[in-house]
Amino acid sequence: MSQDTARLRVKTWLFATVVILSNVLGNFFLKKGMPGSLGSPLEYVTVLFRPYVALGVALLILWTLARMTLLSWADLSYVLPVTAVGYVLVALEGRLWLHEAITVKRWAGIALIMAGVALVSAGTAPRTFKDKAHSEGAAE
Amino acid sequence: MRWIFIAITVAATTAGEVLQAMGMRRHGEIHDFRPGALGRAAALIVRNEFVIGAWIAMGVSFFAYLALLSVSELSFAVPATAVTYVLETALAKYLLHEHVNWLRWMGAALVVCGVALVSL
Repeated sequence: MSQDTARLRVKTWLFATVVILSNVLGNFFLKKGMPGSLGSPLEYVTVLFRPYVALGVALLILWTLARMTLLSWADLSYVLPVTAVGYVLVALEGRLWLHEAITVKRWAGIALIMAGVALVSAGTAPRTFKDKAHSEGAAE
Repeated sequence: MRWIFIAITVAATTAGEVLQAMGMRRHGEIHDFRPGALGRAAALIVRNEFVIGAWIAMGVSFFAYLALLSVSELSFAVPATAVTYVLETALAKYLLHEHVNWLRWMGAALVVCGVALVSL
């Protein structure tokens, strides 16, 4: 049983990392590749062939798939706060690439988010619901 | 007007994410990551009514959010829609029967306050 819990934890951490990074990087590349404004309806399609936009879309598809996979075993009330680390990374992004200063208010927000993530990820198990899906699935 | 867009965004996001969790739970834990097995899982999941419902709700949420961004600042839209964390945590408890203890409630509340501070 404890071995099963450990296995679930490793799997959850791995997929949570993929979910967070693919979302943050996907949005980053999408923003980088998007022109200021889109004119004709055709542009909405042709924009997808820009390398950065295509990379961004691919990462966001990966994000959706990884998130769905993660939710196949982990609690929604666990996944939600834990993947909020993405907001922190977005806040730090400006400082890393654009050398923007981070205001005190933002640091306070980052601290609160990280505290929330720490409480949930260290204090609770990734799965608390009874996994009866397999027996139900077999009955379908 | 923006309150209507917020209401639609929040309702659709919450419905979409809860339905997605319901659908994936009904599918059961994915543990075989070989391409063939993943393909078979995908074929089942795209026919899962909860997942289809989730995608429709997420589509509505996406366009409602775009509409919201067209009438308000990001610094208003992001914290206003962060309410979904609390709503979804409540639904996870009552609908998905997850064990939401005080640590999880605290975590969700801290994240909402943090998101508001980061984006305000």
